[in-house]
Amino acid sequence: MSDYSMKNDIEWAKINEDVLASLESPRKAFWVVLGVCFALVLAGAAAEIYQYNNGLGVALMNNPHYWQTYISNFVFWIGMSHSGTLLSAILLLTHADWRKPIYRFAEAMTFFSILTAAIFPIIHIGRVWDMYWILPYPDQRAIWPNFRSPLLWDAFAITTYATSSALFLYIGMIPDLAICRDKAKGWRKKLYTTLSLGWMGRATEWIAFRRTYVLLACFLVPLAVSVHSIVASDFAMSIMPGWHVTSFPPYFVAGALYSGCAAIITLFVLLRYVFKFEAYMTTEIMDKTARLTFAIAMAWNFLNLSEYASIWYSHDMFEHEMLIDKFTGPYAGVVWSMLFCATVVPFAMAFKKVRHNMWAMFWVSLFIQLGMWLERFQIVSPPLASNHEPWTQSVVWPGLIQLTITAASFGWFTMLFLIFCKVFPSVSMYEVKEMVYHRNKHGQKKLQNIDKIKDDMIKTEEGLS
Amino acid sequence: MSLSRMLENWSDLNKQDYYEDEPIMWGMSIDLNKCTGCGSCVTACYAENNIPTVGKEKCGSGHSMHWLRIERYWDEPEGEADLDIKESEYPERGAHFAPMMCQQCNHAPCEPVCPVAATYHTPDGLNAQVYNRCIGSRYCGTNCPYKVRYFNFFDFQEDIPHPLEMLLNPDLTVRSKGVMEKCTFCVQRLRSAKDAAADEGVRGHVADGAVQTACQQSCPTEAIVFGNLKDDKSKVSESWQSHNVELDRHEQFNEDERGYRIFEELNVEPSVMYLDRVRNTEA
Repeated sequence: MSDYSMKNDIEWAKINEDVLASLESPRKAFWVVLGVCFALVLAGAAAEIYQYNNGLGVALMNNPHYWQTYISNFVFWIGMSHSGTLLSAILLLTHADWRKPIYRFAEAMTFFSILTAAIFPIIHIGRVWDMYWILPYPDQRAIWPNFRSPLLWDAFAITTYATSSALFLYIGMIPDLAICRDKAKGWRKKLYTTLSLGWMGRATEWIAFRRTYVLLACFLVPLAVSVHSIVASDFAMSIMPGWHVTSFPPYFVAGALYSGCAAIITLFVLLRYVFKFEAYMTTEIMDKTARLTFAIAMAWNFLNLSEYASIWYSHDMFEHEMLIDKFTGPYAGVVWSMLFCATVVPFAMAFKKVRHNMWAMFWVSLFIQLGMWLERFQIVSPPLASNHEPWTQSVVWPGLIQLTITAASFGWFTMLFLIFCKVFPSVSMYEVKEMVYHRNKHGQKKLQNIDKIKDDMIKTEEGLS
Repeated sequence: MSLSRMLENWSDLNKQDYYEDEPIMWGMSIDLNKCTGCGSCVTACYAENNIPTVGKEKCGSGHSMHWLRIERYWDEPEGEADLDIKESEYPERGAHFAPMMCQQCNHAPCEPVCPVAATYHTPDGLNAQVYNRCIGSRYCGTNCPYKVRYFNFFDFQEDIPHPLEMLLNPDLTVRSKGVMEKCTFCVQRLRSAKDAAADEGVRGHVADGAVQTACQQSCPTEAIVFGNLKDDKSKVSESWQSHNVELDRHEQFNEDERGYRIFEELNVEPSVMYLDRVRNTEA
């Protein structure tokens, strides 16, 4: 296969040209997708305005079903944000160099999916205008929020995660923004000049940059794990059968990485086609991403099965009923579809032919994401339908309003993401250059005395100033 | 509560039994033998507490707001002769009724999960719901095992036709859209009874029988007994003691007694005791 992995002799100037071209001339599909997404966002906004004016009852939630797809969407999007961190931070710390051409868009995906997730509590809550009460702001009445509530932890976790992942994305982009600044004209020139913070590419700058970047990565990894554990404790801290599961935090983290990796594959194929990145987003990288996804899929499946087993052997009457009801009750279709999409379909990735076929992987990843969305739905809804109190047990399906807003969230995310890719370089130019350099035999020899090169560069700089 | 006050009184605030020294803890006992399922308690509750009536359609979609509801359960077949009535209804098959309202749990699952502390435990043992503070996250509702919390999914009070708003009870709030509400043991009555006692110079104590909840007042068979559980001579304490039900025990282990509390094995310590219905099947 000639284009299996990236060529070792791509010229650095060509990398710049290719990536910068993505800011100017995408395929027509870009505008079509953007238009569709914008229409979805408008529809969602209309649904939300209608719901705001009439009350949450129009979304068909009712008294035992206090929560539904708004919460499952929230968990889904927070989950999706996790593999951006996995790809950029964990793989950075473990020196996996194949992440380099794709980590930038994975990070952008992280940031935008948090932005999408953050909308859902606002849509979900009864009195939006009082939402700031969950933050411990200074108040003359000295009323505090309730620090025991997992929803409060959520508020802290999301704001922290959104800030730090935005910082991580931005700092990692500074050297590339400087390249853009040097080539751009018009409004772009102004934008990149401001954002690149006067990056000159000096050795001291690079050293400071590296340190900051690794430090942020070290901070982000435990943060990402704790964020989704906190989201899991929304359920695990309650006493509802089906939610009160001790293994939920690791289960949620594995699920988050799983759906996130699937989303990376989807966007990988999409970007590769739309922005003509065939030379950089190679089959080799897809192969490695697919292997990673497969490993995470197995971890998730293990945790899923062990959750069923621990409920089955717990001899808790309510939990037992809940589990049986999940597989045979009114929501059985959802549960079985989830098991098909998220447990059976990933085994396709065991085959090399599938891993090396971009469009096959595209469909596999879509199936996995559908499965993971259904997984979140079956966590939230069936326990409310068969709760402790038999008199209130009833089945409710999400109505038009909830489904419109769900679709709109996908539109909103894709819209933000596509705009990002049009304005900012979605492939990291400097890291791809490094990768090419490292893989080049000639470069490897040179790298052996990198400390000497560093010292020389610092000396030259000191001499200049 | 300011941070400095919180830190100064840290050990006091973290006491195991924070309200131990309080003179009052409201409790209830409901005799299911006496309950006929007539529903007058439900009506009284609607009238007393400004509960919106939502209409047939919204009732069907699960948006009704009955703080107190009568749950009807068809009798299980008892013995060979009853087996053929398995799918039948009244009059072939008997039913029993359980009035279900907020159980005012002492380990309430709803309290710790509210992000803004809109629901909290009062010194006299109630799960208070502060409507003004509620932001409508509905976590309390999902975590309530009895599902007795009702969310205002619509602006029901807007729909009251003109002169009828005169019927509303001025003693408590009319709740708006986006707020969770629930049974409070008619807290407005409890407050005014306390105030009346205080006017006569008795602080922190209300004589047994001086205050009745709306459901208790309207029950024709006097199935509902309400009062102060910390007063050993009150009717409700006597009822709890005579059926050997203890507040902090999670299973009552007494085969011969009728007293039990619903879902007490969940360790929520409900303040409402039910007396099991017994039938003479021989007759």
